[in-house]
Amino acid sequence: MAELTLPRNSRVRPGKTYAAPAGAKRVRPFKIYRWDPDGDGNPRLDTYEVDLDACGPMVLDALIKIKNETDATLTFRRSCREGVCGSCAMNIDGTNTLACTKYIDEVKGDVKIYPLPHMPVVKDLVPDLTRAYAQYALIEPWLKTETPAPGRERPQSPEERARLDGLWECILCFCCTTACPSYWWSGERYLGPAILLQAYRWLADSRDEHAGERLDALEDPFRLYRCHTIMNCTKTCPKGLNPARAIAEIKKLMVARR
Amino acid sequence: MAGAAHRDERAAHRRSALGRVRGLGSAKEGVQHWWMQRLTAIALVPLLVWFVASILAHIGADHANLQLWIGSPVVFALMLAMIGAGFWHMALGLQVVIEDYVRSEALKLGLIVFVQFAALALALAAATALLVIAFGG
Ligand code: SF4
Ligand code: SF4
Ligand code: FES
Repeated sequence: MAELTLPRNSRVRPGKTYAAPAGAKRVRPFKIYRWDPDGDGNPRLDTYEVDLDACGPMVLDALIKIKNETDATLTFRRSCREGVCGSCAMNIDGTNTLACTKYIDEVKGDVKIYPLPHMPVVKDLVPDLTRAYAQYALIEPWLKTETPAPGRERPQSPEERARLDGLWECILCFCCTTACPSYWWSGERYLGPAILLQAYRWLADSRDEHAGERLDALEDPFRLYRCHTIMNCTKTCPKGLNPARAIAEIKKLMVARR
Repeated sequence: MAGAAHRDERAAHRRSALGRVRGLGSAKEGVQHWWMQRLTAIALVPLLVWFVASILAHIGADHANLQLWIGSPVVFALMLAMIGAGFWHMALGLQVVIEDYVRSEALKLGLIVFVQFAALALALAAATALLVIAFGG
């Protein structure tokens, strides 16, 4: 059954407050979800008052500042700090997005930060993406061909290449998948928007020769057809991509091959 | 889900993540269900507009007139089509809702079977009623 409330030991309690240094003029409270796998306690919401005059403009800048200067135990993922690695995906101000490309200024009032929704939590803002990565492996995200490899590259016309635009840019941050109600309720069987967009990326590739097998693997009431075009995925994608459209294209291919 | 609940669940499942998501493989069906849901929806749009407009046009008509109208071949066929498409669409849609929200496999199967038989029974009842109204004297 769909889970509408959190289990008792996952309910978030109020936590500690770390005050801004005296004399700070532009103070902004960051309310951050904390959960420690080594303790027995419930998750809690800690408040860190950050002096914006001594902080970079992005939410990730504030997180790094807190970790460096206030509380070294705060745990989150980040790598590229420019929106290309997908590591820093989290729920900021109620929306899944990348901490490194989200301006603090875009948030009014307290900056509330939670891990990506409805995924198991490893620690603090780090979600467990094991299942999502396994679902990525399921779609076999690599070029599959029967034609023997030509001497150099497999050629593609500019038009064929253009069909991959809006697909190749996906950084697998899973903002979309963890915003999808169908994935919340049926994630153990539904592949979710990120993986289905990736699946379409290979279906749309003129060099790939295994479209039929790929469609066979997707044709399933749960793997594909749990998408009810709710569009949360497209609304939240921090790269401006449209997973809902990619899913609709897969459904069209399913009809086209009948 | 977070924290301790997840830790307990992880301890109970040692199967690999890939093994779990691949599961029993794809059902290799779903396109028919999806397509019929679309087709019945498309068919219902003009049928319902026609039905509502016709009923409005017959307000105040006496029983004999109405009977004559329903008994005419085109009207009768359109009514039957509306009944068929309507209950079929209902069964397909309810199945999706049940699959979305019901986790227990046994309950899920039971509810889907119930919905399909109920839709069939209602469609038959509606068609029989139509027949009686049109030709029952
Ligand atoms: S489609 Fe967008 S939100 Fe989804 S994983 Fe790719 S980049 Fe992230
Ligand atoms: S359009 Fe599909 S994948 Fe996107 S949020 Fe809705 S149900 Fe999920
Ligand atoms: S740190 Fe790489 S996307 Fe944010």
